[in-house]
Amino acid sequence: MSTSVLNNEAHSHEHHDSGSTTLFGFWLYLMTDCVLFASVFATYAVLFMNTAGGPSGHDIFELDYVLVETFALLFSSITYGFAMIGAQRGNKQVTLLWLAVTFILGAVFIGMEVNEFSHLIHEGFGPQRSAFLTAFFSLVGMHGLHVTAGLIWMAVLMLEVMNNGLQPRTVTRVGCLSLFWHFLDVVWICVFTVVYLMGAVS
Amino acid sequence: MSQHDQSHQDHGVKPYVIGFVLAVILTVIPFWLVMQGTLDKAVTLWTIVIFAIVQIAVHLKYFLHLSLTTDDGRLNTFTFLFSALIIVLVVGLSVWIIYASNAMMMG
Repeated sequence: MSTSVLNNEAHSHEHHDSGSTTLFGFWLYLMTDCVLFASVFATYAVLFMNTAGGPSGHDIFELDYVLVETFALLFSSITYGFAMIGAQRGNKQVTLLWLAVTFILGAVFIGMEVNEFSHLIHEGFGPQRSAFLTAFFSLVGMHGLHVTAGLIWMAVLMLEVMNNGLQPRTVTRVGCLSLFWHFLDVVWICVFTVVYLMGAVS
Repeated sequence: MSQHDQSHQDHGVKPYVIGFVLAVILTVIPFWLVMQGTLDKAVTLWTIVIFAIVQIAVHLKYFLHLSLTTDDGRLNTFTFLFSALIIVLVVGLSVWIIYASNAMMMG
């Protein structure tokens, strides 16, 4: 970061929220989250062959279902982009509309994932069945928990925009959630490639 | 560039639309390849890995606005590259060690 930015910040404390610093700090948190996901991916890569006589990925994954899930998340990325642009341009209605659309798409994704999990558990393929299924539920479930946290955050943010409008501080928060949301879509690329596609191939 | 401009930089609709179209293409092709199952297994695996890496790059550029030309973009890019290095060490070396020891015990 340039020193002029730091000076600017020091001189005008009340006039600016420290937006770009906040966004960078949040980005650093996301990078640590990356390492967390990486560890769970490593665990999955080590355990996925240990099916203990239970089903393998090839037996339980339905790719067309996963493709629909993937598209729900992908559409939610571009709709969040539109919400972000609305916030940057100070347009409250546009921001709220696209945040609502994003929320619905995210909820569809989570709903489909919960449905998939409950089917598997119902058929006796719960996380306790084999090391493969433990790793599968941990990895996909951890991503799902992140998306759920993102949805709660989005709901709170929508209330804030409704009540307070688009203050610079609020726009920064929309920016942080934007990073979080797009980051989760990046993690999902790894999930559908490593877990679902590779599982279906082998 | 003032701080306000940096933190609330308006990128416009264009990067999101470009990113979305590329992401759709890069998602559909690997799914289609695996669902068809006509290609050789090893070829399919390498192809879907390459598609995933390209799609991650697309998301980073068009949705997360990583770039080497703006101050904030550069800072985010370098911290990301550092994380990527750590991830290669954590995942790559763990998998290498465990698979090698597995092979030795089986052999």
